[in-house]
Amino acid sequence: MNFPVLLNTAFKALLRNLSRSLLTMLGIIIGVGAVIASVAIGNGAQSIVLKQIESLGANLIIISPGAINNGGVSLGAAAKTTLTKSDTDAIIEDVPNVLGAAPYSTRSTQVIAGNANWYTLIGGTTPPWLSVGNWNMAEGAFFTEDDVTKVAKVAVLGATVAANLFPSGGAVGRTVLITSVPFKVVGILAAKGQSGFGRDQDDIVIIPISSHQERLTGLKYVGTILVSAKSADTVDGVIDAVDRLLRLEHHLDPIDPDDFTIRNIASVQAVRTATSNTQSLLLAAVAIVSLVVGGIGIMNIMLVSVTERTREIGLRLAVGAKGRDILLQFLIESLTMASAGGVVGIGFGIGISFVVSRFAGWPMIISGFSVFLGFASAAFTGVVFGYYPARRAAALTPIDALRYE
Amino acid sequence: MDAPLIEVHDVTKVYGKGASEVSALKGVSLTVNKGEFVAIMGASGSGKSTFMHLLGCLDHPTAGSYKLSGKEVSGLSQDQLAEVRGRQIGFVFQSFNLLSRTSALENVELPMLYAGIPGIERDKRARSILGEVGLGERADHKPNELSGGQQQRVAIGRALANNAPLIMADEPTGNLDSIASAEIMTLFQGLNKDKGITLIIVTHGADIAAWASRVVTFRDGLIIEDRPSKPKNHPAKAKNSPSKAVVSA
Repeated sequence: MNFPVLLNTAFKALLRNLSRSLLTMLGIIIGVGAVIASVAIGNGAQSIVLKQIESLGANLIIISPGAINNGGVSLGAAAKTTLTKSDTDAIIEDVPNVLGAAPYSTRSTQVIAGNANWYTLIGGTTPPWLSVGNWNMAEGAFFTEDDVTKVAKVAVLGATVAANLFPSGGAVGRTVLITSVPFKVVGILAAKGQSGFGRDQDDIVIIPISSHQERLTGLKYVGTILVSAKSADTVDGVIDAVDRLLRLEHHLDPIDPDDFTIRNIASVQAVRTATSNTQSLLLAAVAIVSLVVGGIGIMNIMLVSVTERTREIGLRLAVGAKGRDILLQFLIESLTMASAGGVVGIGFGIGISFVVSRFAGWPMIISGFSVFLGFASAAFTGVVFGYYPARRAAALTPIDALRYE
Repeated sequence: MDAPLIEVHDVTKVYGKGASEVSALKGVSLTVNKGEFVAIMGASGSGKSTFMHLLGCLDHPTAGSYKLSGKEVSGLSQDQLAEVRGRQIGFVFQSFNLLSRTSALENVELPMLYAGIPGIERDKRARSILGEVGLGERADHKPNELSGGQQQRVAIGRALANNAPLIMADEPTGNLDSIASAEIMTLFQGLNKDKGITLIIVTHGADIAAWASRVVTFRDGLIIEDRPSKPKNHPAKAKNSPSKAVVSA
């Protein structure tokens, strides 16, 4: 008996008991739905974490002044003012695999433009900050190294600041007052939105580090140094090299503790990823349990079906069906039922993923692999749990089957 | 002359083992030639059904030889027997055994599925067979939409599906009224006469056996009588049949 005929026979048998078939499929539907949803939710969560981390800067390393632990007394980072712009220049010059490095000092203050004013964060830095922090320009241009050298009074506005000070646009070329010092707006940053920690990253004004130090704070030190490694693989090497270089620059003896702290965004990322992996694993466990329960349901119903249709089996044997034909018929029936459950389950899983991603506000990512995995595990369940009933059906002798009442 | 269609020699069938051993057949021999119409009679437990199962290749004999179309079949495996059944034997049962919620056409096609006949050919052949058994108009009806006699016609159509030279019927009229019974037996007789199909009908009713040209009677696992019989005709068509040869109901 050829395959299309078997498939046709199986479909008819399932349609004959439609409500029973549907109830039997329920376990598989839930199982496959859980597979699809777990992968989609895992992917969605991961993508949002990756996006948040990338918005901070890819492969970002943050160097803060002060040691976390100084002679047994824990001091917060930034307890000391030890980092300078020349440290930044040394890192760019001497450390291999560095894409860029920029000093970054901040101070919050009032910014005035005409009759509008806005309390925001003023950041002082150098041009590499743009790429290190993974920023883009929306309008105008970032200030240049020349501006840094000349202590130029130029500013780049974050999108939020620009929107509040110049609600009708046209900010580039205008002047803003920062602590009564006029700065010319040369550009506006492209919006980034909230950071992973809930802060509005666009509520910012960037000026040259030299202007920040001389006209705003009067400090010779810099708040932090941001370093971007060339790739994720080189982050650890860069951290080691920066550590050695800064100890040398700061003339520390081997027994002295570091007077700076190096943090790495990748470690934050790893924690976030691990969390979403745990969620995925949990859902995967639910999926496996439902598939097993669904499989047992299929086995049960197939056994009932074999018993109910004993005379039919006897007849089929009498008119020339071989044991193999009967085995295949019932196996394909359970396979069809499980696969149909798989297809419905895929739809169900996509539905769940859609709802979850809507509520969580992350993109819905249905991977082709998870659809394949869901369908394959349903079909596999059908074959595994359908085999025993099919075997029983095939083992019937024609007379016993025909005589069955 | 051709070899006999059926050659059974000293066949026995024993059920169970040891103390509970039951001998259903105690050494039966029978030869049936092509084109014969044989009725097998006997009371319940006489061994006639067991014998029918052996003739139908549904079961193995415990001992003895059975040649169907000159080929020994008593030692064949289940799958080989299935092949023999599919090609050489058509079955008609007392309870019709049609697939429910399946059209008459598809019921007739069933043996062809297992014989591997392609779809278009199946459909064509099944329609012409349904025409032969007088159900050409009802090919798409399901069994529950047909009368008992019509259902049995579908079953006969199914037995004809693979052009088997032998049809075995087990109490084919057991569930039918006398009018439908006569129609079915007329149909059988026609198939026997017109197409040369060998017919073996198991029955315990003398009125049914009367349609056959040979009556074999079983008792206690042995053949006690094997006689030719002048076959009865359908009452409506019986104008030239000598009524004295008929064993009447």
